[in-house]
Amino acid sequence: MKLSGEKIMPILVQHRQIVLPGQLLAEGKDVEVKAQHTIYRIGDKYYSSVIGLTDVQNGKRLSVIALEGFYFPKIDDIVVGMIIDTGLTSWTVDIRSPYLAILHASDVLSKPFNPLKDNLRKHLDIGDLVLAKIIQFDRTRSPVLTVKGKGLGKITKGVIVEIIPSRVPRVIGRKGSMINMVKDETKCQITIGLNGRIWIIGPTPTHEEVAILAIKKIERETHISGLTDRVKAFIREELKKRGLAK
Amino acid sequence: MKHEKVKLVDENGLRIDGRKPDQLRPVKMEVSVLKNADGSAYVEQGNTRVLAAVYGPREVHPKHLTLPDRAILRTRYHMVPYSTDERKSPAPTRREIELSKVIREALESVIFVELYPRTTIDVFIEVIQADAGTRTAGLMAASLALADAGIPMKDLIAAVAIGKVDGTLVLDINQVEDEYGEADMPIAMMPSLGEIVLLQLNGVLSEEEFYEALKLAQKGIAQLYEFEKQALMKKYVEVKVEEV
Repeated sequence: MKLSGEKIMPILVQHRQIVLPGQLLAEGKDVEVKAQHTIYRIGDKYYSSVIGLTDVQNGKRLSVIALEGFYFPKIDDIVVGMIIDTGLTSWTVDIRSPYLAILHASDVLSKPFNPLKDNLRKHLDIGDLVLAKIIQFDRTRSPVLTVKGKGLGKITKGVIVEIIPSRVPRVIGRKGSMINMVKDETKCQITIGLNGRIWIIGPTPTHEEVAILAIKKIERETHISGLTDRVKAFIREELKKRGLAK
Repeated sequence: MKHEKVKLVDENGLRIDGRKPDQLRPVKMEVSVLKNADGSAYVEQGNTRVLAAVYGPREVHPKHLTLPDRAILRTRYHMVPYSTDERKSPAPTRREIELSKVIREALESVIFVELYPRTTIDVFIEVIQADAGTRTAGLMAASLALADAGIPMKDLIAAVAIGKVDGTLVLDINQVEDEYGEADMPIAMMPSLGEIVLLQLNGVLSEEEFYEALKLAQKGIAQLYEFEKQALMKKYVEVKVEEV
């Protein structure tokens, strides 16, 4: 019941609260909602459409980060793809999204490509992994990848960990705080594919192992606060156990 | 042969299994029970046991089924051969095909299918043990599995069947009440929005009885909705912080 004159709080949830589909999040006109598929609106009521974590800024900016879910392609995203088929002039790449991506031969090879003389499998075979960028995607066409760019191309060393794609933002952290901490502590090079595949290159396999454990811990405890400090302590402990730190 | 009429409501107003007319059967719900599915759930209402698995959104095969402006939804409601007291042939029956259709239509009104053009969302519902109310339990399991798969939807679905037995309206009927009762009305709703997504009626109810039944269903649905929310929350609450 609302009494007249009483101040109505437009946002009905707290910061970092777990919400469920159909849950009323906010009411009224002075709510700023980031346009995304995790929130929908009926009249001036905002509801959550997924299981997610809320993010409330300054008491009026609201967004929901999904806790479960798949990767949905976006132009300029860096992803780790796996070659699943070769055609005459292109590869089909699995990027863990509802759509299979395409990587054109002309993009990978520098000289003109003649399908009569050359076989694409010589360059990238089924099962190979590539770090690629999405250059083209809309509702009517499948995503197109490119490997032209700094650091992009075939992955030849290191390890890949898969996590739930919707938890990638938490692994990165605010302005990269989480991932930079993991990189510093484990001394590994870590590249995050936004589709939930993470590429790790460490000085030794033991360092890589610790980095994997840390990332899996972040994935599992996404919704519990104080994560960065906990992960930091965890990495130091694990390194010590393995005799890599004092 | 003369049939003895089964007494479904006794002189104290209690039902054949000892429940009050407005009492649900014991409920158990769990999500993420299957590893290989994108989302899954298990729902138990009394002796009715249902398992649901969701895959997708993913590429459509065969390709010609693809729709350019939205995802297609494919639903299979199926009863395993050992779910009933006499073996049920595993081939889909006329009844199962119809239930797959009404469940699909209920789910279509909940999922934002227009977000994922040219894909499919596949929902599999397996009835492991049947004791009436399998479509309502199946619908709840499916909606929990969809939420678990992270597919955007308007609301969870909570559903219950109302029956009329010995002239009394009762909540959440079991097999005996379904067989010997006068009417059976399954109702499914999006509880937060107050919208009905499925309503069927088998048998005869007067207009007053119909509204009475609807009210009774809403009461049961409110309780089931709480169980659903608890089941989803449980997955996150149970994750314990590993202290080092």
